Amino acid sequence: MSKSPGVKDEPTENGISRRRLLGGAALAAPAVVGLGGLIAERSGGVARAESNGDRGHDGHDAFAHATFAPGRSVNHRANGFHPTELLRDFDYGKTRRLASGRLLREWDIVAQDAEIEVAPGVKYEAWTYNGRVPGPTLRAREGDLMRINFVNASDHPHTMHFHGVHTALMDGMPGIGENKGGGQIEPGGRFTYEFDASPFGLHLYHCHVSPLAPHIARGLYGAFIVDPKKGRPEADEMVMVMNGFDTNFDLSNEIYAVNTVGFHYVNEPIQVERDALTRVYLVNILEYDPVNSFHVHGNFFNYFPTGTSMQPNEFTDTVIQGQGQRGILELKFPFDGDYMFHAHVTEFAELGWTGFFRVGDPEALGATAAAAAYCELPWGGGGNT
Amino acid sequence: MEAGARAEQSGFGAGLPSWLLGLVPLLVIAAAIGAFALLGGPGLGERTGPPAEELAVEQTVLRPGEIELTLRNDGPDPVEIAQVAVNDGYAPFVAEGGREVGRLGSTTLVLSYPWIEGEAYEIFILTSSGGTVDAEIAVATETPEADASFFGLMALLGIYVGVIPVSLGMLWLPFMRRLGGAWMGALIAFTIGLLAFLAIDAGLEGLEIAAEAPAAFGPTGLVFVGALVAYLVLAAVDAHLAERGRRAGSAGAAGAYLALLVAIGIGLHNLGEGLAIGSSYATGALALGAFLVVGFAIHNTTEGLAIVAPLRGGAPPGLGRLAGFGLIAGAPAILGAWIGAAAFNPSVAALLFGVGVGAIARVIVQLAPAMRDERGRFLYPVTVAGILAGLAALYVTGLLVSV
Repeated sequence: MSKSPGVKDEPTENGISRRRLLGGAALAAPAVVGLGGLIAERSGGVARAESNGDRGHDGHDAFAHATFAPGRSVNHRANGFHPTELLRDFDYGKTRRLASGRLLREWDIVAQDAEIEVAPGVKYEAWTYNGRVPGPTLRAREGDLMRINFVNASDHPHTMHFHGVHTALMDGMPGIGENKGGGQIEPGGRFTYEFDASPFGLHLYHCHVSPLAPHIARGLYGAFIVDPKKGRPEADEMVMVMNGFDTNFDLSNEIYAVNTVGFHYVNEPIQVERDALTRVYLVNILEYDPVNSFHVHGNFFNYFPTGTSMQPNEFTDTVIQGQGQRGILELKFPFDGDYMFHAHVTEFAELGWTGFFRVGDPEALGATAAAAAYCELPWGGGGNT
Repeated sequence: MEAGARAEQSGFGAGLPSWLLGLVPLLVIAAAIGAFALLGGPGLGERTGPPAEELAVEQTVLRPGEIELTLRNDGPDPVEIAQVAVNDGYAPFVAEGGREVGRLGSTTLVLSYPWIEGEAYEIFILTSSGGTVDAEIAVATETPEADASFFGLMALLGIYVGVIPVSLGMLWLPFMRRLGGAWMGALIAFTIGLLAFLAIDAGLEGLEIAAEAPAAFGPTGLVFVGALVAYLVLAAVDAHLAERGRRAGSAGAAGAYLALLVAIGIGLHNLGEGLAIGSSYATGALALGAFLVVGFAIHNTTEGLAIVAPLRGGAPPGLGRLAGFGLIAGAPAILGAWIGAAAFNPSVAALLFGVGVGAIARVIVQLAPAMRDERGRFLYPVTVAGILAGLAALYVTGLLVSV
């Protein structure tokens, strides 16, 4: 990320002058701190909080708990959504069989402004679909009729622009269709988008009001899945929307994540079964950075770009997606344990876009699961409150 | 006047004791402020716009695996520190003064980070509102522990750059005493030139430090206030001593007194110099090479010359007194180095540099009369040449020690 203006720096010019350098020796006794943030003890007088009960990562041992001082985890209840639940939350809409025999799927989507916590202690004024970021994962079967009743309850004009095949009026594009009640939807306005679920694959929707970058980056996006007529093999399915937050509005992100909350799946690893087919619907909606990526440890996956073919085009452990790109990953975990997944754009990884798959019985994983140790690293685990 | 005063006494408040008349406005002001605060500033409404979050880094300490930042909130609003990232990666940290920093409050963040010697680090502090405050470590190097050997090293450094060169400079005394009386004005002028350079130098250093100090303390103002305070205090001390000196009525004492003043002025300057050396040593920016020490020695030798210049006339001063002058002028460098390395605070440093400027200015004013020729002129070719030579001497030797 680049730096924000208006803040004080220590100077860093080439000609370092003696008077410009601040410094000094601390009187506190040194603490031994390992790379993993495994802070043994501080003799500087800072008492480390012992386990404060449930901080949302069950299965971690007491040591892991100790680093999360009270108030240091995200309040998902206040956010109104939980990344772990959001992962497998597919919204099939209200269905009704039409006279023609087609299935109509109908959703109500409300654009609304909401303050959400994107990292422990960090609030962000988000613009949302239905109060959550990413918006609901809309899911239909190829050939269904999709109807989305959109209400703009935000203070700003918005639209819903779907990737897919549809008419210009249904494109959620400002300047097209205002005379028919569409185009840009002003605050308090409403519009019903209607189109066929086509083509099958993994798509996305987002606001298309200009200026485009903030209208997307503020949180107005979501995944939209069109299942093939014959369906896909039975699997444990989940949605991962790779996103980020430019919390200081300097056109670069301070927080990177999948499904909004940085490091969430480190604190709550995604539980999967060994040898079971796991399917990840991976969407990149990141703004301000041209590419994002997904890499899984200890495993390889079949990759179906855009999900529009039933044949994978690659067997890999790392995939790159540009802005708006998406694809389906299928993999099986042959061994029990904690397996990290993260952006192989390592900057993003260490700014929040890191998580774990937890394969098998967490009790059988031993005292210190990999995720437990790792979650010491981000978020300044041991901060006072 | 008398009539006016009487007329006022017969008007409003007549018959009240004067202490009460003095107290009443104070009480009314206090009551008004209290009521205003209690009512939450009636009519002013809420603040416009988001809170202005500002933090200044006052001190950076690096220990193996740890970066310690002392931050001060110098903005108008409280700041809550949520997360801290080092080189675009979030790092665990402990906020020893709490994560919420009120206006003018400070806290110390101890970051766990495996920093590597010689690398540069960019740190951003993410606040609860999503704002960022940046800090930078130009060159990472371990901050020396403030133990006995460290203080010993700083003392040695102070002796090398302060006490020894100043004392060496004083060795010109016998030579100067051989010079004819006509040289007196030139020597004093040379001293004034040296001091003027030191004042300019100290003023610029103070202002530079002030630019980085927390704005809330008005650090630039502190430089000027420090100068004014030092000047006035020295003037008062001078007036007091002059009173006593008149009673003592000693002739040679005048020269010794001027020399003492010069030593004090230079001492205050060297305090600032030591401060800068100490803090820059602590951050690893100072290469303690022989070249630097030699440079400082040459630079500060001229300061010794300045001290003994007023001693040209009168009875030769005792060695003990000379040693005393040397210590007064040189030893503050040791103290400065200790403070600079162990407890550097930019606001205090700005103030101290200001004090140095004021002290030197006062000394120049004291010395100036000794420059006067028989016709009462201050500036004539010989003295102007002397002043310029003094300025040039410190400018040139200063090039040796620009760190």
